[in-house]
Amino acid sequence: MQSLPRRLGVAVVVAVIVVVASIKLNTFRDYQIAEIAVEVTAVAGLTLLTGLSGQISLGHGAFMAIGAYTTALLLMHLGWPFIAVLVLAGAVTAAAGAIVGAAAARLRGPYLAGATLMLGVALPSVAYAYQGVFGGDQGLNVAFTAPGFLGATFPLTRWQAWVSALVALITLVLLANLYYSRIGRNWRAVRDDDVAAALDGVNVAAARILAFVVSATCAGLAGALLAIITGLVAPGAFTLTLSIALLTAAVIGGLGSLPGALWGSLVIVLVPTYATDVATSHGLSSSVGSNIPVAAYGAVLILVMLDFPQGIQGGLRRILTLFTGPGPKTPTRKAPHEKTSAPHG
Amino acid sequence: MKRPQHLMDRPRRRRWQAAAIVTVAALAVAACSSSSSSSGTSSSTSGSGSSSSALTASAPGITPTQILIGSHQPLTGPAAPGYDEIAPASAAYFDYVNAHGGVYGRKIVYKYLNDAYDPTTTASDVRQLVLQDNVYALFDGLGTPTHLAAVQFLNSEKVPDVFVASGCECWNSPTTDPETFGWQLDYVREGKILGQYVKQHFAGDKVAYFYQDDEFGQDGVKGLDDEIPASMVVSKQSYVDTNVNIAPQVAALRASGAKVVISFSIPAFTALLKLNSLKLGFAPQLVVSDVGADPITLSGLLEAFAKQGGATVNGNELTDGIITDGYLPSTSDTSNSWIQLFTKVRNQYDPKAPPDGNVLFGEAVAYTFVQAMFKAGRNPTRADLLTAIEGGLPQGPAVAPYAFSSTDHAGITGAYMGVIKNGALVQEGPVLTTDTSASGAITTYTGTEQQAPASGIPSP
Repeated sequence: MQSLPRRLGVAVVVAVIVVVASIKLNTFRDYQIAEIAVEVTAVAGLTLLTGLSGQISLGHGAFMAIGAYTTALLLMHLGWPFIAVLVLAGAVTAAAGAIVGAAAARLRGPYLAGATLMLGVALPSVAYAYQGVFGGDQGLNVAFTAPGFLGATFPLTRWQAWVSALVALITLVLLANLYYSRIGRNWRAVRDDDVAAALDGVNVAAARILAFVVSATCAGLAGALLAIITGLVAPGAFTLTLSIALLTAAVIGGLGSLPGALWGSLVIVLVPTYATDVATSHGLSSSVGSNIPVAAYGAVLILVMLDFPQGIQGGLRRILTLFTGPGPKTPTRKAPHEKTSAPHG
Repeated sequence: MKRPQHLMDRPRRRRWQAAAIVTVAALAVAACSSSSSSSGTSSSTSGSGSSSSALTASAPGITPTQILIGSHQPLTGPAAPGYDEIAPASAAYFDYVNAHGGVYGRKIVYKYLNDAYDPTTTASDVRQLVLQDNVYALFDGLGTPTHLAAVQFLNSEKVPDVFVASGCECWNSPTTDPETFGWQLDYVREGKILGQYVKQHFAGDKVAYFYQDDEFGQDGVKGLDDEIPASMVVSKQSYVDTNVNIAPQVAALRASGAKVVISFSIPAFTALLKLNSLKLGFAPQLVVSDVGADPITLSGLLEAFAKQGGATVNGNELTDGIITDGYLPSTSDTSNSWIQLFTKVRNQYDPKAPPDGNVLFGEAVAYTFVQAMFKAGRNPTRADLLTAIEGGLPQGPAVAPYAFSSTDHAGITGAYMGVIKNGALVQEGPVLTTDTSASGAITTYTGTEQQAPASGIPSP
């Protein structure tokens, strides 16, 4: 995926697959496609932040909350068209990302993890503190309907799948551009050795903050999509569990890899559903059956970490090289000297 | 600085690789099998039959042999302790009905999914149940913030959304949410009944509130304020269920000099209130909403929390004297026909469950659903179920009548006051009924309680 036309080509192929799949599959599968698209949008941003610029975030659920609440408030009070709402939700979260990023640029390792963790835990409480605006525990309802020209019988979940998948694909194409651009190279340089990067002329703080802004924007867009597919924005949806799940998806898929964001999201969304189906169809007791998905999630995580430390995408790459022999090194595993030429390129 | 992604590939472990591949393959098989089986569910619709003729597939989820219903429940996560007993208890009662002829010969299949009390998961669960599994109705979805993520969708899909397991007034909106029905006593009515009792029995004493800062606590406070004069109330303290440090609130309650503390709290926070008060040497009369006062749950939590803090307490001693209310018979009233029936069903179909209020709740609400299904007719459409409930249901195990009508989707309308003695709820005084308006009178219910049918199954 080294060139823009090729990336666009892949995006179009995926879009066609989504449209065909959404028509062929039942309407619940459409909803799952939408869920996966939401997850991909958020995880893609996070995987670049952590895998490429080397900053961890345990609070990305908070950025999704910001995007979701912005969406709910705009749709409820101003009735804007969704496309405008989406843009503003992205902009608001970008601003939040800049503020957090400015603080994060000074923090490392466990301190950054701690600070973002605090954000993820504390921010949803704002909804309780200002119940008049945010609706407290009950949250805010979000009205979202399919456009009239599709006909009255067009399933809403299919429209939700299309909208979510389109936003996810555009986000992925834009992120892929960043990935291979000078900005992406700067991030990798900062990640590997910030002193060397600074000596080479990279503005380390600016690169770190920009990574947070980009990543937060993606989470904000994902939050906006989540708001329109579930129809409700409530603090209970943005707990620490969500932030951890996003990071888990990024790690399972392969940190720093955009295709990995897709694999990770597929695992996070589909494994619990399938595990539940298997558990219920085998007539397990409720107390056992309800814990099977959690156990399956853990088992997948352990197996991926043991066998594919670089995530599913890393594993796929390894399998490919078994057939084709070692090819050119990919950017996530590049030789250390490559970065030095980047700032001047 | 080393980053995780720069770890060198570990030495190959072929056995682990094999295990990983087997796992992936197993997941793929599971994926295929689940998607193919789902397409087999019947979803055809046809006109409703009222004659005693053959059983038809009269609505989605209904076949000549079964009625498929679904639910979302917190089976794992913070809300699970206690609440995870409810759905298996309902399933146990349905098993009992199925073993004794079912509903017009159809067996009830109850599929409840775990939402871990997360609204996003609820939204997904409910869409799976409706769009993929084609359930006839959603039954007893648990929790206010969670079920709010389902209401809009269920009503737009015209899926009956019956007997929500939450006392929020919000389920009673027949014009905007015609498919949704409450069941348990709502928190406003409960607040009024508790408030009147305090006003009458503790006249002149200082009263304080302790409540959960969401619709549960706020609706309860609304009801309390309708009855208790503002001059009596010296302090109102709230908590959020994600913060277990309530020491500041308890200190404020103590400083207010309140003799009576009325608590709209879930069981865990009733226990924390009691333990924090003990620590400060503060011993007010506790008046606790039904939700947070199940004696068995509360006693277990008190002992568990004290143990975490390195102390040993006797749960039943600590709950002694707590004033509360009940809209179902007390689980300790072994002479009550409903308790006898539900104990028999529990022993046979859910034997590991404790004899507590959650299990009673699950069985009682399942009984109400079976009543409604019998009333809906031999070959019911989805609309027939709504009509049946709006026409009113016999009281059944509830101590007061249902409010159900075409303009009112609230459930049980009253409760009795009681005191916890030796780990059991003892009824004190008559059943009181009221409405949700500020001026609505609280009256003594004069109707007779119904007896459980000998067969254990409601008559058609």
